[in-house]
Amino acid sequence: MLLIPCPWCGPRDEAEFHYGGQAHVVYPDNPAALSDTEWARYLFFRDNPKGPFAERWSHVAGCRRWFNVVRDTATNEIHAVYRVGETGPVNA
Amino acid sequence: MSTDELPEHPDWLWSSPEPKRSYDVVIVGGGGHGLATAYYLAKNHGITNIAVLEKGWLAGGNMARNTTIIRSNYLWDESAGIYEHSLKLWEGLEEDLGYPILFSQRGVLNLAHSMQDVRESVRRVNANRLNGVDAEWLGPEEVKEVCPIVNVSPDVRYPVLGATYQPRAGIAKHDYVAWGFARAAAAMGVDLIEHCEVTGIDVVDGRVRAVQTTRGRIAAGKVALCAAGHSSVVGRMAGVELPVQSHPLQALVSELLEPVHPTVVMSNAVHVYVSQAHKGELVMGAGIDAYNSYRQRGAFHIIEQQMAAALELFPIFARAHVLRTWGGVVDVSPDASPVVGLTPVDDLYVNCGWGTGGFKATPGVGWCYAHTIAHGEPHPLNAAFSLERFTTGALVDEHGAAAVAH
Repeated sequence: MLLIPCPWCGPRDEAEFHYGGQAHVVYPDNPAALSDTEWARYLFFRDNPKGPFAERWSHVAGCRRWFNVVRDTATNEIHAVYRVGETGPVNA
Repeated sequence: MSTDELPEHPDWLWSSPEPKRSYDVVIVGGGGHGLATAYYLAKNHGITNIAVLEKGWLAGGNMARNTTIIRSNYLWDESAGIYEHSLKLWEGLEEDLGYPILFSQRGVLNLAHSMQDVRESVRRVNANRLNGVDAEWLGPEEVKEVCPIVNVSPDVRYPVLGATYQPRAGIAKHDYVAWGFARAAAAMGVDLIEHCEVTGIDVVDGRVRAVQTTRGRIAAGKVALCAAGHSSVVGRMAGVELPVQSHPLQALVSELLEPVHPTVVMSNAVHVYVSQAHKGELVMGAGIDAYNSYRQRGAFHIIEQQMAAALELFPIFARAHVLRTWGGVVDVSPDASPVVGLTPVDDLYVNCGWGTGGFKATPGVGWCYAHTIAHGEPHPLNAAFSLERFTTGALVDEHGAAAVAH
């Protein structure tokens, strides 16, 4: 089980959290202006790197707040944790 | 004992040649799908100048880690087409390969635990029948007749309200399946090359030319990806983005027990699927671990939930012991259906997105993917499973029939 350092509550068991997938996926400014290809990309395609991955977690059994984690998907090692609105590590 | 006292090694089922400098077709990934694809390319299309490149040992990824369930009771016509084609091939596979695979058509029960489950299940039974797939709806007492150890008492948290039943479904010995395909493909001239990891894909003017590997550059007329959980990684080498996410999926076995479980039982709602292997282990699968990962292991709380679900359904398992747990990496697609077909790169083909249920498709996808590669266009049975469907919106939503939580 992962030990996830919630930026508000500190390190807690993974079972207290809900996973939110890739972080920093921005809703399109003007969805109606997108082509089908661009809309498909927004809707269905997410990064799936083997290595550092910026992702969202929610501490559902604690403070119930969303935050961002940079975790290496090859090792599950957590490199960084930062709050929504904060800037993450470069290339995360 | 020193090594010079050891007897000769028995004959290998396949040879292990050095890679040649070029092939007509290079298949990336030596799991079940890659081996089956090579086999049908040789057998059905006469293409034998093929290399199957495997970064580890042959069929040591998900082919060695799945729970071996074979069935074709999916909802949509497109899915029924390819899964039922696969099941029909399974029914003749032992004879076709000339190799025992312990295919046992012991049936599968997909349990319903809520009114919504019941409605979906009955709908699926009707859809299956219209597609020529054997399917029945069973009430709780009939479930108990098929599998007497299932607890159908109404006095549990998620009572069994009924089940879909596919009698022709079953299990097979996954390693034997891989070995059977490998042996037959090698006998027709296919080079099976283990410990050869693809590290790059050369694309020139929009056409694939070669793969770079840990054992040197190998030129290729065509390249066919069969990398399951690592599909995104190899796809990216050619600049092809795929709509899949890689997750750990765990399974476990108990110690060997007397035969107690005559069929296969799956429960979507409580997240467990169980059969009993020929030699006696109870084989149980879980839902995926929620996060993206390429680690072939998952968290223990998933196993705990899976055990809790199994115990409620099968009180008789209370005294059984977990012998081994393990994980594989599965590539999950947005609509719980695979991607099999062409890519934006000429002569580069993709087979991925089988998620939690690729084993059952092994012969079927091998057959269709081989056709796709040989002809440069999809077989009718995999035409719907194109990469373009995510742009056109023609998804094949099988979350209900996929039967594994994700």
